[in-house]
Amino acid sequence: MPSPAGEGAAAGLLRLDRVRKAFPGVLAVREASLEVKGGEVHALVGENGAGKSTLIRVVTGAHAPDGGGIEFCGRPVRWSSPRAALQGGIAAIYQELDLVPDLSVRANLFLGREGGALRFLAADEERRRVREVLTRLGVEIDPDERTGNLDVARRQLVAIARALLADARLLVMDEPTAALATAEVERLFAVMRALRGDGIGILFVSHRLDEVLAVADRVTVMRDGATLGTWQAFEVDRERLVALMVGRPLGEEFPKVRRSPGAEVLAVRNLSGGRVRDVSFSVSEGEVVGIAGLVGAGRTDLARLVFGADPMEAGEVLLDGRPVAIGSPRDAIRHGVCLLTEDRKGQGLVLGLSARDNFSLPNLGRWTRHGFVRRGEELAAFERFVAGLRIRLAGPEQPARDLSGGNQQKLLLARWLARDSRVLIFDEPTRGVDVGAKREIYLLINELAARGKAVVMISSELPEVLGMSDRILVMRRGRVAGEIREAATATQQQVLAMAVG
Amino acid sequence: MPDPRVRRPALLSRLASGYGMLGVLLLLAAFFSVATIQEQHREGEAAARALAPRLTRGAFPGATVVIVGRGGEADARFAEALARRVQGPTGPSAIVVIGDPATVRAALQRLAAGGAMRCVVATTEASAGIVADLLSSFPALTGTPVLTPAPYRWPTFLLPDNLRNVANQIAVIAILAVGMTMVIVTGGIDLSVGSLIALAAVVAASLVGGMGGESANTLAMVAAGAATLVMCGAIGAFSGVMVAHFAIPPFIATLGVMQVASGLAYIISEGRPVYRLPQSFVALGRGADPLLGIPYAVILMAALYGAAHVLMSRTALGRYIYAVGGNEEAARLAGVRVRHVQLFVYAACGTLAGLGGVVMASQLRSGAPTYGLMYELYVIAAVVVGGTSLSGGQGTVPGTLVGAFIIAVIQNGMNLTQVESYTQKVVLGVVILGAVLLDRIKQRGRGRRVAG
Repeated sequence: MPSPAGEGAAAGLLRLDRVRKAFPGVLAVREASLEVKGGEVHALVGENGAGKSTLIRVVTGAHAPDGGGIEFCGRPVRWSSPRAALQGGIAAIYQELDLVPDLSVRANLFLGREGGALRFLAADEERRRVREVLTRLGVEIDPDERTGNLDVARRQLVAIARALLADARLLVMDEPTAALATAEVERLFAVMRALRGDGIGILFVSHRLDEVLAVADRVTVMRDGATLGTWQAFEVDRERLVALMVGRPLGEEFPKVRRSPGAEVLAVRNLSGGRVRDVSFSVSEGEVVGIAGLVGAGRTDLARLVFGADPMEAGEVLLDGRPVAIGSPRDAIRHGVCLLTEDRKGQGLVLGLSARDNFSLPNLGRWTRHGFVRRGEELAAFERFVAGLRIRLAGPEQPARDLSGGNQQKLLLARWLARDSRVLIFDEPTRGVDVGAKREIYLLINELAARGKAVVMISSELPEVLGMSDRILVMRRGRVAGEIREAATATQQQVLAMAVG
Repeated sequence: MPDPRVRRPALLSRLASGYGMLGVLLLLAAFFSVATIQEQHREGEAAARALAPRLTRGAFPGATVVIVGRGGEADARFAEALARRVQGPTGPSAIVVIGDPATVRAALQRLAAGGAMRCVVATTEASAGIVADLLSSFPALTGTPVLTPAPYRWPTFLLPDNLRNVANQIAVIAILAVGMTMVIVTGGIDLSVGSLIALAAVVAASLVGGMGGESANTLAMVAAGAATLVMCGAIGAFSGVMVAHFAIPPFIATLGVMQVASGLAYIISEGRPVYRLPQSFVALGRGADPLLGIPYAVILMAALYGAAHVLMSRTALGRYIYAVGGNEEAARLAGVRVRHVQLFVYAACGTLAGLGGVVMASQLRSGAPTYGLMYELYVIAAVVVGGTSLSGGQGTVPGTLVGAFIIAVIQNGMNLTQVESYTQKVVLGVVILGAVLLDRIKQRGRGRRVAG
């Protein structure tokens, strides 16, 4: 496999040589080799299940490799734990940020580094160092703020600051932008570039190829547990990366089919509750309405209000022109409204239960006679949808936990499709889903619209909103800041301008 | 492209995780079987069957068989069965002597006085020593052969009586553990079950007392039992409301109910055991079916486990119970009425605790506020040892039954092998810790498998 990136002048900071890692029954990483230099932003891309997360867990000491060699700063290393790796100079910034929400920023930054449980903490000294490191990152955060009060983006910066305090020479980041809105992504990239200037190496995993190309110096592609090679970022483009990742060329990215919508199905009037203030909108049969906005603009809150997950303070919801009382998700589901939550693992799936149980959960009533589940009917429906949506699983009893992100998402979709719901609200339907599954989800949204469903799609990825919607609502601070009637002709700048205000 | 992560775990590891505790139970049973192998002496009809051939085969022609026993039901059956077997048309004549040593001595004295009659004494192991002593005091009878059934080697643990005993001993805890399993699968806990046993026993006994006391009829007893179950179910439902509607942590809500129920039991009984119950009241706790001799309490327990297993695995409600415990928010967003489910499990747990209390009152023919002390811990231990995760969402009803039996077998086995009760506590504690440790290791194994 050609690896066009030549030997650079900068010394290799981290070098992986044919690293292998197997789990019981699964070879997660077959053969991975890559090199990260000091002062380099190095992206690792690949489909879900390609082995990226496992590989970076090996790098950060969370897993011990089964074979191959790891060299850090020119010396072979073998970390016994993430803590050992951190002491050695490798810091991990994970998807689920491991900060203690109830502690102050300062306490989090020094957590585990207090230098003996009984030593008195030099508060002023700590504060000074915290300010120093936050200034270096170019962010304004009060060291004594409760960490839980910060938004996701700021918490992430705190995690990076913690790594700097620990004198990390390599930062490893898993999907650092997954939970960030556009403006926040830019700020993070500025921080990453600044760190690169200080000679720190950054290895990051991302599904967002535009961002990878915008910030990375070099890109390593993984497929089926093996690295295919490393490319200079300027040598490759989006299509080339996608082709490398999936091993086959992909069709048009947003296979949008436009049609004229039918009668109005869902209408929301003057809805308030949570962050949402006085929002009105409607969705018609066969229409896809995109909802854009920055993180925290109230998009998810709006979806939860309509679905009955949170209490409404004011306003009404109409179905087919008639007001309906939706006081709980159960009411919404019975009226044919369903919600695919943004937090698949936290709010969508019961991870410990089987795929079949998760599929059946809202639908059991249909297969239940006198309280007993008719398992034959249930299984038949399950298998029909698994085949229809091409969900890959070992069998109906496989725990939902063990499915890949894309298959988990499809499983949740199948659950709602089995009910023949009329209004489908998708909150970040492709978050953490690989390129191939993304396309399948887009096709499915098309098909649902073609079957006359009313679809609401919330997304932080502007190309997705623009590419898949018929109409776009832009939210800002809980209100509808603007509406784009013809999504086909809109631009990202237009949407962003409304979102930022 | 086949997804490499969709392979099923190996059969062996599935068996190990699904039935690991059943294996532990069987190993324990095997261990205590071997440890308690000792000489067993036959009693009752079995003793008669073993002895009869030796008397009728003509080894003692013309001799009179003197069947000696010390009284009691087993000896009476022994004597009756043996006399029937030896007194055939061709067999020797038999004299049955049963009673305390004085009675036996008097009978032997008469025989000795009777003169030159040839005798052979048949008795059981338990009486052999006394018979030998008595015979030596009558010169006329010295040399009289004394026959006892030959001993055999067999584990005391595996004697039918002992096995029945194990099942009967654990019945109350096992009945409570059914409800506790449901509560723990939803991610909750119910600490009040021990106190509910006491309250139920006291209330049931008092109600029967109020409906005629020792002369109460069956209908009155059934009504008293039913009223007790309804009361305990209502108390359980109260805990459920606290947890479901007011979001009080289950540990705290049921800790409060535990104190209240215990206090009520003392108030109602004025701190004294309630006796004055009819003899027939013990039928539920001590009675056994006439065919196989299985105690009614054990039959009740088995029926409850069957019903609960079907509920948990085959009904929509059962699925909801698992879903609520696995991820409450996800369950709610899937349209599950989470509060209803929580209310149900606590009410069921309370009702079953009440049933346990009634069974215990029946076993002991009284109701006292001291019953059920610390039982909540044994019940939780049985559930946890049975593989139910305290973090909710996982666990099975048959697993809990295995867990209850593991605890019962350890206790019974240690009693049989004369391990003192202090040591028993240590062993039981270690077993519980081991079970939780196993659960953790299993969970960690699962966590590691999440790769990407």
